[in-house]
Amino acid sequence: MDVSQYLEIFLDETKEHLQNLNTQILELEQDSENMDTVNEIFRAAHSLKGMAGTMGYKRMQNLTHDMENVFSEVRNGNIKVQPGMIDILFQCLDALEGYLAAIQETSDEGTNDNENLIKALNDILNSKGGSVEAPAKEEAKEEAKAEASGDAKASDAAPASDSKEKWQEIKLTDTEKDLFAKAKEEGQHFYGITVYIQESCILKAARAFLVFKALEERGEILLSKPSTQDIEDEKFEFDFSLIVVSKDSFDNIKEAIKSVSEIEDAFGRELTDADFGGALEASEEKAEEPAEAKEETHVAAAPKAPATTDNAAKAGDKKPVAKPVVNRTVRVDIEKLDVLMNLVSELIIAKNSLVSSTSSDDTKQNSNFNEQIEYLESVTTNLHESVMKVRMVPIESVVSKFPRMIRDMQKSLNKKMELHMSGEETELDRTVVDEIGDPLMHLLRNSADHGLESAEVRKERGKPETGNIYLDAYQDGNNVVIEVRDDGNGIDVEKVRDKAISRGTITPEQAENMSDKEIIDLLFLPSFSTKEVVSEISGRGVGLDVVKSKIEALSGEVEVKSKLGEGSTWTVRLPLTLAIIQALMVVVGNEKYAISLGSIQTIEDISPSEIKLVQNKEVIQLRGSVIPIIRLSNVVEVESTKSPEDNLVVVIVKKGDRLAGLVVDELIGQQEIVIKSLGKYISKCKFISGATILGDGEVALILDANALI
Amino acid sequence: MDELRTTTNEHDTTQYIVIKIGEEQYGINIAFVDNIVRMQHITRVPKVPAYLKGVINLRGIVVPVMSLRLKMGLEEDEITKATRIIILKNEAAGTIGIIVDEVKEVITLDNEQVEKVATTDNSPDHVNFVQCVGKCGQDLVSILDLNAVTIEKE
Repeated sequence: MDVSQYLEIFLDETKEHLQNLNTQILELEQDSENMDTVNEIFRAAHSLKGMAGTMGYKRMQNLTHDMENVFSEVRNGNIKVQPGMIDILFQCLDALEGYLAAIQETSDEGTNDNENLIKALNDILNSKGGSVEAPAKEEAKEEAKAEASGDAKASDAAPASDSKEKWQEIKLTDTEKDLFAKAKEEGQHFYGITVYIQESCILKAARAFLVFKALEERGEILLSKPSTQDIEDEKFEFDFSLIVVSKDSFDNIKEAIKSVSEIEDAFGRELTDADFGGALEASEEKAEEPAEAKEETHVAAAPKAPATTDNAAKAGDKKPVAKPVVNRTVRVDIEKLDVLMNLVSELIIAKNSLVSSTSSDDTKQNSNFNEQIEYLESVTTNLHESVMKVRMVPIESVVSKFPRMIRDMQKSLNKKMELHMSGEETELDRTVVDEIGDPLMHLLRNSADHGLESAEVRKERGKPETGNIYLDAYQDGNNVVIEVRDDGNGIDVEKVRDKAISRGTITPEQAENMSDKEIIDLLFLPSFSTKEVVSEISGRGVGLDVVKSKIEALSGEVEVKSKLGEGSTWTVRLPLTLAIIQALMVVVGNEKYAISLGSIQTIEDISPSEIKLVQNKEVIQLRGSVIPIIRLSNVVEVESTKSPEDNLVVVIVKKGDRLAGLVVDELIGQQEIVIKSLGKYISKCKFISGATILGDGEVALILDANALI
Repeated sequence: MDELRTTTNEHDTTQYIVIKIGEEQYGINIAFVDNIVRMQHITRVPKVPAYLKGVINLRGIVVPVMSLRLKMGLEEDEITKATRIIILKNEAAGTIGIIVDEVKEVITLDNEQVEKVATTDNSPDHVNFVQCVGKCGQDLVSILDLNAVTIEKE
């Protein structure tokens, strides 16, 4: 089978599973008894193995297979989770990531067998002999917990678990019992069926859906395990069980199931009274003494008949450890979204020209037409917003790898620290999210390495031994702010000053005149590190300048505030989206230009007499500060339409702390604009950051105020 | 489909769009032509070489437009009703439009009807825009070397 076409899906899904494993194993480290976590890990490892096997990556498959074995023993309570084991598991994940990287580059997994890891895993497996001999009491406790922890574990304990006919694990309630009696009178049959899907199947949910559809043509599906929702979300391995009621014979039903492709086999038989026997008894009991039944579910340790276990109560028990709800999603190529976005913009342009053509001749006949146009307008606006929203993704996808990173650094730096994150659900444009991971990682590493003190120093200073690093994200108007904060030492301004002087970055005289803030900003210069000892993690001075340039490339900004001895806060401010901005439209000469509203401070009306010359440059005084002015007509090389005596319209723009006034001829107004690239030909023009298409279809250029200052 | 296409190529014929600049006729390999649009408003871009006239909106995409006349060192375009912008698609350089005086027709030339021309001017500044010359009946059509046209001199 040619699997290359699935490579992309494989890479994506493997990444997701690995991320999931990382998170879950971290959780397991905190709470080694949590069976839900173990089950989740087992499931992810199993899927990984299956996928690697399908794609023919044998080494990856071997490693995941052994990992799965370990988890399976943990799940069965034969192995206890120990810190050493967690370390080995993390190493395995790293190795898997290594395979993945190799596959991504060469579509080959490489030749590293990772034998030592496999051996370590096997050692864990073999050492279980010791833990099996642990006191029987422990085992009993495990078992009780297993019962309580829900169906996943309960199914293991169920007698039929190793038979192929897993449907016997489905618990029949008295509702089904009633139905059964009724159906029998109508000549309908009840069947219990377990369907096995081929392990090579990629779209399991789709296959399951086809099976459901085939069955629904012939009868009705009463129950399924896992639940229909879980099956739709592909939350099952390679089999699922159903209770079906139908008039057809069992062979026909089985035929129908097997006619769906990629179905390995189906097992089952018709249900008889005997199958409902237990349930009947139980339901009677329940009817007689409902109170007692309820109590039983509360204890839930060993109900006489499984049918009495109230599912609702169980769900309630499980809620606190509920897994994150998996969103139902479709993967879409970002280019397709761009195409969609273009079409929407065109639609808006077409609509705008319709609007302008009707407003020119205002006869009353047009009122109906106008109504329709207004309707069209609201539809296009909504469409536009929806398409924009599709491009937004939560930053979770990048920040979720950080807890693991901090955990590893804790060991390598030999410091105690904890990462607190909030606002992972904050959404940003996909293009921004893709780029923001590295800068944030640098900042976190920086906090962990430079910011936080070692445990001893912290103790001396009366701080808790464990250092805290915070990562908070939130939306602020049209921006998203991400803050990386630590309660460490903060930046030693004097040290930075000395360092800058000794390196010749600034002269001692300059240093005298620089404010603390300016000194701290020196940190963002290339090759500047105050750390005396270069560690593996940071301190080579290639961090912060890269962070700054990357964030600025995303039209964002980064700032740092610090207090010596108390910690520092790095604030990254990013635009919500790169594709659409609020802009001020201005006229220079006879040309229209857009200036991003984000950089505009105020708009001033200045008389020519207020312009003064300083060092042969035009400046104005505004509320006590001297602001240089830039005549845009000179910059873009057109004749200004205004005479020298006219008052000047000056747009005050801000870059960091610096202000400048841009002289324009006229203001048009504020407008939301779609940013388009100018293409490769016209890239030399520094102060033009892009173009946009106006309502009348004309192209207007976007001026980059930052480049002008 | 794919096979069909390769066999036609083996027959060694190529289609060209014949355009006019001044009195001279030029051919552009149709494989590189994405679209031909009427002259429209061009937004000027400051601080670029004079032959880059600016950008236009081509169904939602901003496309740079250059004047073939200025690029070839001829006098400024005279915009008439016949003036067209030919949108060229070039993998390496991206999409670009070129302004031509007139688009005449599409011709099919046997590769035998096309002759390479040797350049007589060997000065380093000289860029040869004409790859070869095709004979179409009585007329001669200079086949434009699109790489030379679209590549920007540093």
